[in-house]
Amino acid sequence: MGELVCQAELTIKNAEGLHMRPAMQFVDVASRYRSKITVTKNEFEVDGKSIMQVSMLAASYGTKLLVKATGPDAHKAIDELRDLVEVKMFNETPGPPE
Amino acid sequence: MNFADFVCFESIISDLESSDRDGAIAELVASLDKAGKIGSNNNQKIIKAIIKRENEASTGMGKGVAVPHVKHDAVDKVVAAVGQSSKGIDFRSLDKQPVYSVVLLISPKNAPDKHLEAMEKVFKHLQQEKFRKFLRQARTAEEIKDLLFEADEKPFL
Repeated sequence: MGELVCQAELTIKNAEGLHMRPAMQFVDVASRYRSKITVTKNEFEVDGKSIMQVSMLAASYGTKLLVKATGPDAHKAIDELRDLVEVKMFNETPGPPE
Repeated sequence: MNFADFVCFESIISDLESSDRDGAIAELVASLDKAGKIGSNNNQKIIKAIIKRENEASTGMGKGVAVPHVKHDAVDKVVAAVGQSSKGIDFRSLDKQPVYSVVLLISPKNAPDKHLEAMEKVFKHLQQEKFRKFLRQARTAEEIKDLLFEADEKPFL
């Protein structure tokens, strides 16, 4: 198995931002994949499978996060994380349109 | 945001009496109430709301720490109480281990970004092994307060 790398810039669209409950959802999804997953905000990179580190990002509404997956299932991981963050919006209320 | 901006230093409890989650939450909310931080007649409502939130998903995120929190109209800025337990609290943590350090936060409903900033500060330090160790070693409220002040000076503590 080769090491695939896949990354995407994801925008936080729910009004309350990436508070603990969405952070846990993010970590839950990320942890289902074998790939290493990192999340970067303003050049500050954290482990996408650590609840403390993801909660530490304080990503408010409108924040852009660079999510990078490295490993055999990198593409699927990024697809599902994009769906969670930008489409499902963590099942929360969307923020005001920009 | 610094600890000094939202932690109520009068509400630091260096040795929580309760060894159960709900009791520890009640002790910390009561100390914020006593310090006049949550208005009047909100004590029980806030305790209930935090427990409800906790039942949805534990904020005991492993490594002996928990961060119970709620958004509530009783406050117009983020306030936090800090509690330590030497015997450990059953917080139904993700790693099923007891919790020794509790940071309880109450945030206003209309300021999600302030809530995120306070959480950022709390997690930035709680994820450092050294900070968790110093917190567990603190024996008095004064020592905990000093540690929080030191953490405000040193971002990597």
